[in-house]
Amino acid sequence: MTEEKKDFFVSDISLSYQYTAGNATTRFLNKVAEGKLVAQKCPKCSAVYVPPRGSCPRCGVATEEELELPDTGAVESFTIVHIPIPGNPIVPPYVSAMIRLDGADISFLHLIQEIDLADIRIGMRVQAVWKDKSDWGTTLENIKWFKPTGEDDVDPSVFKFKE
Amino acid sequence: MKDIYILAYAQNPIVADAKAANEVELIMPVVHQVFKQTGFTQNDIGFTCSGSCDYLQGAAFAFVEGLSAIQTNPPIKESHVEMDAAWALYESILKIQMGDAETALIYGFGKSSPGDLPFVSTLQTDPYYMSPLWPDKTSLAALQAQLLMNKGLLTKKDMYEALTQSISNAKNNPNALVTAMPSEDDYLTADYLSSPLSAFDCAPISDGASAMIIGTEEAAAKLGLQKIKISSVHHSIETSNFGARDLSTSESIIGLGKKINLKSFELDFAELHTQFTYEIPFIRGLLDLGNIDINLSGGPLAGNVMMAAGLDSIGKSFELLKNNDFNNGLAHASSGPCLQQNMLVHLEKIND
Repeated sequence: MTEEKKDFFVSDISLSYQYTAGNATTRFLNKVAEGKLVAQKCPKCSAVYVPPRGSCPRCGVATEEELELPDTGAVESFTIVHIPIPGNPIVPPYVSAMIRLDGADISFLHLIQEIDLADIRIGMRVQAVWKDKSDWGTTLENIKWFKPTGEDDVDPSVFKFKE
Repeated sequence: MKDIYILAYAQNPIVADAKAANEVELIMPVVHQVFKQTGFTQNDIGFTCSGSCDYLQGAAFAFVEGLSAIQTNPPIKESHVEMDAAWALYESILKIQMGDAETALIYGFGKSSPGDLPFVSTLQTDPYYMSPLWPDKTSLAALQAQLLMNKGLLTKKDMYEALTQSISNAKNNPNALVTAMPSEDDYLTADYLSSPLSAFDCAPISDGASAMIIGTEEAAAKLGLQKIKISSVHHSIETSNFGARDLSTSESIIGLGKKINLKSFELDFAELHTQFTYEIPFIRGLLDLGNIDINLSGGPLAGNVMMAAGLDSIGKSFELLKNNDFNNGLAHASSGPCLQQNMLVHLEKIND
C-alpha cells in the first residue's frame, strides 16, 4: 500500500460568539416584542432614531429619551429584487424598501408587499402588517412587511435630514 | 520634528463581561471624559483615530459603528487600525508631524467576553501556514515561556513574583478588574492551561475602552496643564513565522530599547503591555531595567482590554508622571503572538 501524498488540507475557520445588540438596541427590541416601535431622540439636535443604537452620530451624545412611533410611514427608497439569494425564503421578484416611519429621522430596510410591483414609488404611504401576536419575538421580523395605505404620497423633500 | 504632548487620558472601569453594552456604549463615556479633561469638543480635534478588532466581539464593521460614539458632523478626519490603539496613537503622531493636525483624539475598545479569546487571537497569525493549524494564544505564549525555562532564563518563582507585584499594584488602580491575591500554594498547584502557564499566568478576559487626546506645544500651552511630552516613540515587528524566530530573545524589543536611547535618561518606572506573567521578567531582562518598578498600574494582568491595553500602558504612564514626583516613564505596547511586534514610548515631564 502506498502512502498518499497530500499537497493540501482543508481547515475550517469557525468561531462562535454570544452576540449582544447593545443596551439601547436591547430596549428597542424588547418593545418590538410587545408590538411597539420605540425610537430614541437626540437631546441636542432632536433627531429621532429608529431603530436606535443609543447615540446621535451627528452630535456624539447618548440618546436617552424614548418615544413610541406609529407603525405607519413612507417609502424613502426601494429596489425590486429579481435575483434569489441563497438561503433567503422570499421568492423574487420582491421589494426591499427603506421605510421612514412617521416622526423618525432615519429609515430602515424592510419589505413591501400587497402591491403591484409597477406601482411602487418613493413617497408612497405604507403601514406595517404584523405577524400573529403569538409569533412575536425580539425582532423586526414581527412585522411581516409593509403595505400601501392608499393615502396621498408625501413630498420626497421631507426625507431630507433636518438641520 | 514637533514636540507632541499627551493632554488627557481616560479608561473605563475594566469588567469581565460588559453584558449587552455595544461598542458605542463602551466608547462614549471615555471620549466624553477626555473632552471634559481638556475642555475640547470634537471641533477642536484635528484627527481622530481608533484601534479595535471586529473578530473580538464577532460583529462585522464594529469599528465603523463605533464612530457613532463621536460627533461626526461637520465631517471629521478619521482613521482606524485593526490593532491596539497604541498604533492609532502612532498614526496620530505621524499626522501631527506631517502638519495635518494640531490635536488628535485616540480611542481603543475591546469586548472579548462574547467569543473564545485564545482562538480569536489565532486569526492574528499568518493565514496561510499558521492559523489553519489553530495555535491558540495561550499555547503560543507557553512555547515561549517553556523555552525561556529550558534555557534557565525564567523560573516559576519569577512568574509568581511578577503576578503578585502586579496584583498588589492594581490596588492603586480603581479601574482594575483583578485585585484578589492568590497564595503561592494556589499558584504553584493550579492546573495548566498550557504548560507552564496556568490561568494565573494569563491576563483576564476583559471588556472596556480607553481614550486619549494629544496635541502640539501650542495646543498644550493653551490648556496650561502639566506638560507630559512624548519624547520618543518607535515600533518594530518580527516575522510572522515564529518558527523562524529565536523566541528566547526579542530582536524587536532590544532594538527598540536602543532606538529610544533608554540609557540616556534616568527612568522612574515602566508600564509594559504584558499579557502573561513571564513577559514581565523577560522584558525586564531584555531592556536591562534592573529593579525599576514595572506596571505600577497593575498592568494587563489586572485587566486587559484587547486593543486598548497597549494605549493604557501609555495612558497610565502619563497619569503616573502627572500625579507623582517622576520625570521619565517608559511605556510598551505589543501585538501578535510571543511579543512579535512592539512599541516603546519615552514619556517625559517637562517642568517649565
